[in-house]
Amino acid sequence: MKILLDQDRCVASGQCVMTDPDVFDQRDEDGVAILLTPSPNPAHHTAVREAAAICPAAAIQLAEDQ
Amino acid sequence: MVIDTALSLPAARDAKCPFDPPPELRKLQDQAPLVRVRIWDGSTPWLVTRHADQRQLLTDPRLSADPTKPGYPLQVERRAVSGRGGIGFIMMDDPEHNRLRRMVTAPFAIKRVEALRPGIQRIVDDLIDRMLAGPKPADLVEAFALPVPSLVICQLLGVPYEDHALFQSHSRNLISRSSTPEVRGASFEALHDYLSSLLATKDADGDLLSQLAERVGNGELSRGDAAGIGVLLLVAGHETTANMISLGTLALLENPDQLALLRDSDDPKLVASAVEELLRYLTITHTGRRRVALADIEIAGTTVRAGEGVILPNDIGNRDPGQFPDPDRLDVTRDAGRHLAFGFGVHQCLGQPLARVELQVVYSTLYRRIPTLHRTAELADIPFKHDGGVYGVHELPVSW
Ligand code: HEM
Ligand code: SF4
Repeated sequence: MKILLDQDRCVASGQCVMTDPDVFDQRDEDGVAILLTPSPNPAHHTAVREAAAICPAAAIQLAEDQ
Repeated sequence: MVIDTALSLPAARDAKCPFDPPPELRKLQDQAPLVRVRIWDGSTPWLVTRHADQRQLLTDPRLSADPTKPGYPLQVERRAVSGRGGIGFIMMDDPEHNRLRRMVTAPFAIKRVEALRPGIQRIVDDLIDRMLAGPKPADLVEAFALPVPSLVICQLLGVPYEDHALFQSHSRNLISRSSTPEVRGASFEALHDYLSSLLATKDADGDLLSQLAERVGNGELSRGDAAGIGVLLLVAGHETTANMISLGTLALLENPDQLALLRDSDDPKLVASAVEELLRYLTITHTGRRRVALADIEIAGTTVRAGEGVILPNDIGNRDPGQFPDPDRLDVTRDAGRHLAFGFGVHQCLGQPLARVELQVVYSTLYRRIPTLHRTAELADIPFKHDGGVYGVHELPVSW
């Protein structure tokens, strides 16, 4: 799985950080999301899919491995 | 399929089920995904009944949140307020909305808010100490539910708490549907002027208003816009959470099994899930998100035309059985994570991390410290905020 995060769309809701703080964090200056790891290991996949689903700004896209 | 209903908004709740959305509104969910309703000014905007469609539309940039655009389904009659602009960025569209929102997002980041938890716990404990030392019965709203978020938002913004009587009463006027346009306008002006004069006194205090004042100083932001943002944060920062505290407590008292689960658990995960479930179940922002279409939009087999108003009632979205099984049951153990109580899309609540921490601290403390807490009025005699832009109770007499 590869995460594509669109920081221009992000509205700093924090939903992704709340869902998986090992994968998502926020910039100090404006709370915009950052990725701690763009290719999280499988233990995180469920949480990351949930984060993508609840991101209010549709800023998290996932490229799933085939 | 186009369904025209005779339903006028706001619809009335069933007096026997004060926690449930109006039954007439709920029934529309079974009829069709989009229906026409009639609002106070005679116009007939679309009402979007289901969770999935509400979510999809709230992320659609072709819907505008700007109430000055023709066709916008206004909650109440609007009176232009001279020279002061609007209430912050909640009623603006991108890119300007995004530019202004990002000026105030930093202190609401998850880690920053988490760092406030110990201070919030102290505020909650102090207020409980004071309530226990005072007379009973007490009004939980005045003694506890309003002071908690007011104290917290005052600290964060840098507003003197001594002024709480002023900003609480104007906030009430501002969001009450029963205020006349004149009263509402005057309260907005008073709050705007209050924030504007506070901003003028600010220098490098480290609070949020000081940061806005700095941006005014270096020309990034007009004084009027800064004051508007201040009004938005001050009003949204205390009224909403206060209603969740009092109405949430009442809902738990009416569901003793759920209250017991919460009181008897040490698990922060259960507390967090109870907060999400109460947000879903109560959906206090009960007049619906309001938007107007800027272009034709195809949704659920219907075309919403450019210039048509759209109402997205998140209260019924949060009771959609297609998303939440057995939706009318309050179940603090369910996964309510996809609720729409904070809205969805680019306007999703900025203060949600703060509201969550406040509610987690309150719900995990109040009922443990006062296990005998109970209401002293009949449910039927409790004054619910049927006329409020935010639902809740005006008063909650309790004893212990
Ligand atoms: C339980 C408490 C709360 C609830 C239920 C709530 C609900 C909401 C909802 C539904 C919206 C979306 C409005 C729309 O889409 O038109 C919103 C926006 C907003 N809320 Fe909250 N809110 C709460 C607490 C707070 C707090 C504590 C603050 C500030 C400290 C806050 C500040 C805001 C702001 C600034 C916006 C506008 C965001 C934007 O337009 O980008 N809210 N809130
Ligand atoms: S959930 Fe989406 S909008 Fe919210 S912080 Fe994460 S990426 Fe940004």
